[in-house]
Amino acid sequence: MNPAGNAFTNLSWVDLIFLGEAAIRTLQISLISIFIGTIIGIVLGWLLSAGNIFVRLGVTSILDVFRSVPLIIQLILFDSFVSIAGFPMPAFWSGTIVLSVYCAALVAMVARAGIEAVSPDLRRAARSLGLGYWQDFRYIVWPVGMRAVFPSWIGVALSVLKDSALVSAIGYVELLRASQILTTKTQESFKIMLLIGLFYFLMSYPISKAGEFVEKKWQQ
Amino acid sequence: MDYQFLWPPVIKALPKLFDAALLTMQVSILSMILGLSIGLILSFGRRSKYFIPRTLSSIWVELARNTPVLFQIFFFYWGLGEFGIFLSSYVAVVTALSFNTAGYMAETFRGGFNAIPNTQLSAARSLGMSFFQTQRYIIIPQVLRVVYYPMTNQFIWVILMSSLGMLAGLRELTGETQYFNSRTFRTFEFFAATAVIYYIIAKLVMLGARLLGWRLFRGQS
Repeated sequence: MNPAGNAFTNLSWVDLIFLGEAAIRTLQISLISIFIGTIIGIVLGWLLSAGNIFVRLGVTSILDVFRSVPLIIQLILFDSFVSIAGFPMPAFWSGTIVLSVYCAALVAMVARAGIEAVSPDLRRAARSLGLGYWQDFRYIVWPVGMRAVFPSWIGVALSVLKDSALVSAIGYVELLRASQILTTKTQESFKIMLLIGLFYFLMSYPISKAGEFVEKKWQQ
Repeated sequence: MDYQFLWPPVIKALPKLFDAALLTMQVSILSMILGLSIGLILSFGRRSKYFIPRTLSSIWVELARNTPVLFQIFFFYWGLGEFGIFLSSYVAVVTALSFNTAGYMAETFRGGFNAIPNTQLSAARSLGMSFFQTQRYIIIPQVLRVVYYPMTNQFIWVILMSSLGMLAGLRELTGETQYFNSRTFRTFEFFAATAVIYYIIAKLVMLGARLLGWRLFRGQS
């Protein structure tokens, strides 16, 4: 199998387990970031729709920075900043924080669109029936707005899942980084690339199709 | 905080960074042109009545949209090595970004063409316009209006995505920053400066697109 003088080994089962563990890490960091980012994003979206002009301008221009600077630079900047400030943290946590903020910046726009999709007449009607401000949010804005923007939220979540690959740049061994390590070891780049491409595809494709299906169903 | 910020190395490197920013723009514009053209073909392919072009373009679109860009760059840069195909980092990055952009733009174009009722085509043809005249005077101007803003957004995405060229060894803006970083270890200072440059580029492109859009679609809405 391994001719003399060849320093590389063939792809083996151990390597697949290594890839599997890395895939779990990819899922972990994405799910945590999507969860935190969505919560922060909804709060920001509410600020964007309900705040006064100064709040709105402030939040918009801050979020704009996160959408105009490449994610990889945000990751490197944050990672080096926490070291400078004297709170060095593992790559997992700095990656999670940056991905969450990035996710929040995207979700904020989606959440604002959702809140604005609810007609003011409907909300006034709810308030005049005696619902409080938060009751109106919980029982009127949430279900109606949710239907309008759920597909966009799916899109954001999937883009965070895919962008989690960039965390490899600050040294977190997620799926893509693991594939590189294995490529260095085995020199079978094509097979490994095909394998992890398949993994990302199988994660992303069914969810995006499900999102489209739900969108069509709700539009009827 | 014991860290001393040291900016002179960044200021000294600024001219080099601007040159690298030009390379970033070159890569982005090239990828955008290729991606738009292929995306247009793919959007026709997906509406084709023949099985093979329809399937092939669907596979392209779904692959481009459902895998990370960084994976696509790595695939073209390293993945083909097993077959003895070694693309330079420039070619690999442009190929990957075009591949990605084509997938996203195909969907945008599809939406644009769907927005125009078929009756318009029939009406134009019955007025004696040829197929290409119909496309030129009736269909394209309307499609352009629908896809214009998604297209400018995609262009900004391409500029931001080209930063991943750093990980494939391309010395565009981010790659050049990383090069200076490895020589001076002023990570924060260099990447902060680069972040500002990207922000300015993104804003300038946005402003240019708005002005051009205002000029193109004046008097219509």
